[in-house]
Amino acid sequence: MRNLAEYFAMGGYAVYVWPSYAAAVAVLIGVLIASLRSLRARSAELEAIEGSLPHRSREERPT
Amino acid sequence: MHRFANPARFLRLGAAIMPWSTGVAVLSLAAGLYFALFASPADYQQGESVRIMYVHVPAAWMALFIYTSLAATSAIALVWKHPLADLAAKAMAPVGAAFTALCLVTGSLWGQPMWGTWWVWDARLTSVLVLFFLYLGHIALNNAFDDPTRGARAAAVLAIVGVVNVPIIKFSVDWWNTLHQPASITRLAAPAIDPAMLRPLLLMAIGFTAYFVSILLLRIRTEILARKLRTLRYMQGAEAPAPAVAGERI
Amino acid sequence: MTAFTAVIARDLRLAWRAPADSATVIAFFVLAVVLFPFGVGPEPQILARIAVGIIWVTALLACLLSLERLFQLEAEDGSLELIVLSPAPLELLVFGKCVAHWLTTGLPLIAVSPLLALLLNLHVDGYAALLLALALGTPTLSLIGAIGAGLTLGTRRGGALLPLLVLPLYIPVLIFGVAAVEAAVAGLPTRPHLLLLGGLLALGLPLAPIATASALRQATA
Repeated sequence: MRNLAEYFAMGGYAVYVWPSYAAAVAVLIGVLIASLRSLRARSAELEAIEGSLPHRSREERPT
Repeated sequence: MHRFANPARFLRLGAAIMPWSTGVAVLSLAAGLYFALFASPADYQQGESVRIMYVHVPAAWMALFIYTSLAATSAIALVWKHPLADLAAKAMAPVGAAFTALCLVTGSLWGQPMWGTWWVWDARLTSVLVLFFLYLGHIALNNAFDDPTRGARAAAVLAIVGVVNVPIIKFSVDWWNTLHQPASITRLAAPAIDPAMLRPLLLMAIGFTAYFVSILLLRIRTEILARKLRTLRYMQGAEAPAPAVAGERI
Repeated sequence: MTAFTAVIARDLRLAWRAPADSATVIAFFVLAVVLFPFGVGPEPQILARIAVGIIWVTALLACLLSLERLFQLEAEDGSLELIVLSPAPLELLVFGKCVAHWLTTGLPLIAVSPLLALLLNLHVDGYAALLLALALGTPTLSLIGAIGAGLTLGTRRGGALLPLLVLPLYIPVLIFGVAAVEAAVAGLPTRPHLLLLGGLLALGLPLAPIATASALRQATA
């Protein structure tokens, strides 16, 4: 247990090391979540709008 | 070049790459974190604070790498009028800005114990700060037009102007720094970095790059959907004067 | 060449008819500089130390202030499309606009700068270097600014966007402009700094009109 506490203390630099890694994790996960959310939002909107275009089949749809 | 202008073809290619890049990202980030936090020695001068390097330096590499990619993509968009290049540039700029911000934050967290202050006008930190503003300008310009194509083209010109300026800014900041910086502050000049430190550094860099590839593919897909949405809404509006659809801004 | 001089003559005539536009820029320049002693205190030594920096930074901002309307009038009355479609190379016409912009803002800024240097207690040795550095630096500001003005044409919030695009690109001019004057005050040679300022101008002269022209072509496409 003592070793663990010593490890987390990072030789006295804990206040700097852990926030750095926290920032890295926050950036990576934050960008990922933001990207996934906007992909989902666009997909949902597209489905809704395609549902309201009755006489156009998927194959003919312009891109 | 125009082989991938067809979004369907690009989406197929992207779907094929995505599992691989995601796998590489997860594996190398996990291994990188293990080596960075456990299986690497503390620096004899900087102690455990050297571990900040393993996120700081790869983030700085990503900031530069993504800006270079942005300029290359912009050149393709302008010269060949490639429709996917517009979308790719728009998709990668915010990711680059995020890595640049990460580099600045971790640099500041590293600077406090090493230099005794959160920020010094060190040549490299200052250059990265300017790079961050270039990213912000690019993103703002891309979103500033009602017509997204126009925004993409203007932002592409800005990216190329920026990439011509980046070496000039870097040089002038270095020059300014040598004029003003007291000699007491020396950045760690690592002539021969310990292999035990190189390993986590490279693993993190590979992980960040693979992460960027996955996120980029995801975001380009989003941009393709957004463009499709705009076309459909436009057609819908042309067929019947439907009420205005909210959420056009993307 | 006639189209080039015609563009300059037209802009100068416009500036002559509406002198308030240039006067506003100069008034901003003087007023902003005058604010600094209230911010940092009236001690002559402190003011002398930061005089160059204040003058240069304020000159950048003043230049920025006038850039927004560089192509605005032409875009609004439709003459921009005629300029883009004219048989003369657009790069040359854009260059003419930059020259006119410098004559109507850069030159007046240089003209009032000694007065401001006097108010800020700049060391006597710095005056010549300040004038030379401004003479070499402000044309680059007009050239880089023209790119930003072209890119932000037709945006929803052009005025707020322009500084974000242009100010980072102004940093090298600021660094070498200030360094030249500081070197002169310290009794060091100013030549290298002035040569670098000249080098920036030499780079900007061909490249900035090309970038601006491509921005304008997209704005009117």
